Amino acid sequence: MIRLEDVTKVFPGAAQPAVDHVTMEVPAGEICVLLGPSGCGKTTTMKMVNRLIEPSSGKIYIDDKDTNDYDPVQLRRTLGYVIQQIGLFPNKTIEDNICIVPDILGWDRSKSRGRAAELLEMVALDPKIFLKRYPKELSGGQQQRIGVLRAIAADPPVLLMDEPFGAIDPINRAIIQDEFLKMQATMKKTIMFVSHDIDEAVKMADRIAIFSEGRLVQYDTPDNILAHPKNRFVSDFVGSDRTLKRLQLLKVTDAMMHDPPSVRAEDTLATAAALMEENGHTSIIMVGPAGRVRGYVDLKTAKSTKGKVGENHETLPTTINVTEDLRTAVSTMFRHDVAWLACVDNDRIFKGYVTLRGITHLLGEAHRDG
Amino acid sequence: MADQIAIGGFSRLWRNGLLVLIFALGAWAWASGLLPTMFDLWDDIVFLTRQHIMLVAISGGLAILVGIPLGVALTRRRLRRYGDIVLQVLNIGATIPTLAVLALSMSLLGIGDKPAIFGLFVVTLLPIVSNTLAGIRAVPPYLIEAAQGMGMSPWQILWKVELPNAMFVIYAGIRTALAINVGTVPLAFLIGGGGLGELIFSGIALNEFGMMLAGAIPTALLAILVDFLMSQMQLWTIPRGVNPLR
Repeated sequence: MIRLEDVTKVFPGAAQPAVDHVTMEVPAGEICVLLGPSGCGKTTTMKMVNRLIEPSSGKIYIDDKDTNDYDPVQLRRTLGYVIQQIGLFPNKTIEDNICIVPDILGWDRSKSRGRAAELLEMVALDPKIFLKRYPKELSGGQQQRIGVLRAIAADPPVLLMDEPFGAIDPINRAIIQDEFLKMQATMKKTIMFVSHDIDEAVKMADRIAIFSEGRLVQYDTPDNILAHPKNRFVSDFVGSDRTLKRLQLLKVTDAMMHDPPSVRAEDTLATAAALMEENGHTSIIMVGPAGRVRGYVDLKTAKSTKGKVGENHETLPTTINVTEDLRTAVSTMFRHDVAWLACVDNDRIFKGYVTLRGITHLLGEAHRDG
Repeated sequence: MADQIAIGGFSRLWRNGLLVLIFALGAWAWASGLLPTMFDLWDDIVFLTRQHIMLVAISGGLAILVGIPLGVALTRRRLRRYGDIVLQVLNIGATIPTLAVLALSMSLLGIGDKPAIFGLFVVTLLPIVSNTLAGIRAVPPYLIEAAQGMGMSPWQILWKVELPNAMFVIYAGIRTALAINVGTVPLAFLIGGGGLGELIFSGIALNEFGMMLAGAIPTALLAILVDFLMSQMQLWTIPRGVNPLR
């Protein structure tokens, strides 16, 4: 846990404080993204945590211990640190780069080297190939992975990351972000993460802290920040498409109609029509014996034709997995020009459906609450 | 980076040119019967070569021992602002012709090997200090930040990050300095420092080509040898990750 109490930083000769009475707390195991335009004080705030910059006033606690009680050099050895320029040491091999903090802490060599190999495997880089290479022999994306591994090598409970994925191309950035989130799911570090990219923040953060001119303007979950920006600055910063951004925070299950009616091939069209009318639907899904989606029948066909569902169904243009986010769902709807989608699980078992109207309603709910 | 390449290119040109020159001289010397007369001076050559090497080793060694710590000191936080001033002073010093430096040194310390060593030391110092300074200054600030952020102490940052990454430039400075040093040592004879200059200048004065060559050829060979040794050290002792030669 990281706690800042009334922290202020005034650089010598500056008229305005770079960080102005910031109080916030990052709960253990969460990712807090410090977000804002350049010069807003987010990086200064982060660097005060490991005392690369000393606060002018205020207190910073890590796990309820005042960081001022530590020697700054000792303190930094217990906090992982990743920077945008990566900063791998070109004179050291990948192995030695990863083992920098373990070596400083005097770990046994076989233990630290074993740890390096283990970490490389975590990010799918073959230790046999990469341990003895030098940084210049790696691609930017690979280097940034090593930068993250180096920060977690000595297993610090807290990680400070200064725009760690900022210098990587968008495709690799998305891959590394996903990889990092997967690692975080098991390692549960307390992370302070500086970014200027709202999309990255929405994707990575458990909480977002929005800074402007040294002040902490809003500190909340990504969904709340997007749904209820506190003022004009925040709403401008998160963008006029902030509601669309919320779509990637919400899963298909959030907007899905659960336990929907369905019919089987051997049912009559009359049964199907009755079910639809009962629920106020204009179409109904036909499932197979195990509950897998097979097709659908619409109300018009069901009323105007006689016979079994199995002989008159139409195939679905597409379905969506319940674990996808709503952004993918909406995008799929637009692509296939439909207003609803059948939702399935990994075994293609029918779970429910989402409609455009349902999604709109869900997004609107948050606004009405506010 | 650019000046390292320039130094490398220059020394290669210099070396090859010298080899051709030596060969031509040797062939001509043998044909004209000068070379056989050189062998009569063999004992002198051995003695003076040893003296010559001592002059290079002592003055060069002192310059390295003083120059690198001085260069490092001038990049430390407290002395950083004096770096440029010291460099300016040394640069002005470097514009004084080497012969004048030796003459000044003689007027200060008298005749003998002491003023010779001091003069050579002064001449050798500048490239070492300036390259150490430039090399450490060229280490990217984000490497230092990463090192600090991981909890390295200032000493650890110097030994594990700054010096290894500045090593190539520092070596280039030492190489240039020693090339200047070896090239200047023959002049030490003029202030009583001894060395192979004795044969060269005596040969010129007496119009004895054999004697002159007996001094010139070992001098040239020594210059080539020193440069070769330095290039090998540069190649093998600098880690592969920061060595443009590997």
